Amino acid sequence: MDTLNDKPLLEVNNLSKYFHGKQTVLNRLMKKPPPKLVALDGVTLNLNRNETLGLVGESGSGKSTTACCIIRLYEPDNGSILYNGQDVLAAHADELREIRREVQLIYQDPYKSLNPRMTVRATISEPAKVHGLVDRAGGEKLVKNLLDRVGLPSTVADLRPRALSGGQRQRVAIARALSLRPKIIIADEAVSALDVSIQAQILNLFEELRRDLGLSMILIAHQLSVVAHLSQNVAIMYLGRIVEIGSTSEVFLRPRHPYTAALLKAHPSIETSRCHTPALTGEIPSPYSIPKGCRFNTRCKFTDALCFEVDPPSTEVTPGHYAWCHVLPEYDKITSKQS
Amino acid sequence: MKHEVFSETPLLEIQDLTVGFADRRGFLMAANRVNLRLPKNYTLGVVGESGCGKSVTLRSLLGLVPYPGEVIAGSILWMGQDIQKMSKKELERIRGKEISMIFQDPTSCLNPVFSIGDQITEMLRVKLKMQRHKAFDRAIELLAHVGISSPERRLTEYPHQLSGGMRQRVMIAIAIASQPKLLLADEPTTALDVTIQDQILNLLANIREETGMSMILVSHDVGVVAQNADYVAVMYAGQIMERGNAQDVLHNPRHPYTRGLLNAIPKIEQVGQSGPLEPIPGQPPNLTELPPGCPFQPRCPYVKDDCTKVSMELDRPEPEHGTACCFVE
Repeated sequence: MDTLNDKPLLEVNNLSKYFHGKQTVLNRLMKKPPPKLVALDGVTLNLNRNETLGLVGESGSGKSTTACCIIRLYEPDNGSILYNGQDVLAAHADELREIRREVQLIYQDPYKSLNPRMTVRATISEPAKVHGLVDRAGGEKLVKNLLDRVGLPSTVADLRPRALSGGQRQRVAIARALSLRPKIIIADEAVSALDVSIQAQILNLFEELRRDLGLSMILIAHQLSVVAHLSQNVAIMYLGRIVEIGSTSEVFLRPRHPYTAALLKAHPSIETSRCHTPALTGEIPSPYSIPKGCRFNTRCKFTDALCFEVDPPSTEVTPGHYAWCHVLPEYDKITSKQS
Repeated sequence: MKHEVFSETPLLEIQDLTVGFADRRGFLMAANRVNLRLPKNYTLGVVGESGCGKSVTLRSLLGLVPYPGEVIAGSILWMGQDIQKMSKKELERIRGKEISMIFQDPTSCLNPVFSIGDQITEMLRVKLKMQRHKAFDRAIELLAHVGISSPERRLTEYPHQLSGGMRQRVMIAIAIASQPKLLLADEPTTALDVTIQDQILNLLANIREETGMSMILVSHDVGVVAQNADYVAVMYAGQIMERGNAQDVLHNPRHPYTRGLLNAIPKIEQVGQSGPLEPIPGQPPNLTELPPGCPFQPRCPYVKDDCTKVSMELDRPEPEHGTACCFVE
């Protein structure tokens, strides 16, 4: 394998994104700047070839913002993104178009992401025609192949989305993403809106695509079980930062960050009985006022003085498994203290 | 386990409840001959996918089936009295006072132009005929009870100033204000994050323990129901497919649909060692064109000729573990 292929396909370094709130009259009189919302604050992650990376976290933790920044739907304020060795943030319009072709996003709600006026055929073939990948005859063949690939009968090609069920629509959205022969698929909560029996069909399809087409994938989900099932590596996000990252089995079986442990404990499962105290008290702080020191200190049960002063650095707890915590409690300790 | 409680007069008894919707596209049965009994101090979980009739069943208990839906057969007995035959006034007395309900989306249930305090005290003043200042004192107690910090200040705030979890806490405060005997919870945590869901379910469990309130918990999440319900009913296409003690049903499922549902869920315990999931093939049926016989028959791996001919009944009486399939054993 040559050196280029050893490098990660996508490298995100120290990515930050801030949104600015409305300037109020009072703030202007007091000569204060408008409130700043910290959506992403130094996110670093790598996606290897043919790998699925899970991004987990509560709402407001910055998962979707990360996805949007990667294809520059939002312009990041800081940091760098390298796709295949190429700087995404410095890319010109035509380079960016090529990058966006190879990095495809699938959204949560297939009721909103498909154009209700376009037939399935047009939905799937239009992007490929725009990018000049196929001509008219090729488009016809492409639609047929892709429908087959995502497990839909070719008869749906002439239907409009309203005639399809939620699961079928999501398959159309996946086929549309595949029509551009992407290298990376970012699935932003792509199975959250689906029923369990349909969700399993789509998850199996994702795994098949990764295996057969050699795709890489960023899987954004709030359901831990979905991520546990599909991804090799996982990053846990909290308030615009990654707090723990590593191989999925390592992070889920031996978490070292108290937040990861709490997420695992709060996950309702039929195998375990419910604990009698909540895994975490309180709620995620406002991104307008990030706590000083470790940003998890408002809800953590293991805090010491350092946690309120200094932002924790990353610690490599086992090879490839990093946690951003001063205390790094052992998992058995975390569970005993929490129950 | 708790079977002896079933011998008493149940708090709520649903017999052959059938709810139909008719419009110009046709007629469909959202709930089809649903039978359930709910003893005192008991939690019943109802699981199923979207469109299986779980919410409609729940709403029909309070006469809240949306137009053009209608209860077309069956009876709902609340402590021995038929809710259908009650006058509007009698029903109004039970609604919100003896039976309360919380919904999935607390944002659309709270009125955005009234303060939290107004909305809690309205309940106390209308249903319990409390005086204004007493109602405010009680509202502060209630908010503290559901775990909202500095309740005095929160009373003057409006729904948009609260987070989703807080709003659901306020909804629970309103629902338990009259100390109801039964709480109907329709997907109470679906819109919330997993750690907040955990807090809300803990809160509901504590309230149930203190007051002995019964609860019907409707959810699409099998894990939530498994951890919070004593007794479970699995619904599909408007019918109960299987019901029984929660542990029995979810660990030794008898109906092919329940088995399929449980196999289709990715399990976090199997991280790193799981093969492909076993999805249920096909799509849930269109309720206006139900297949003949058992509604699950087109997707069932064990289908036999008879499945298309006879309609299934649950094979054992409550509270035993019954299934609406006679071919799997």
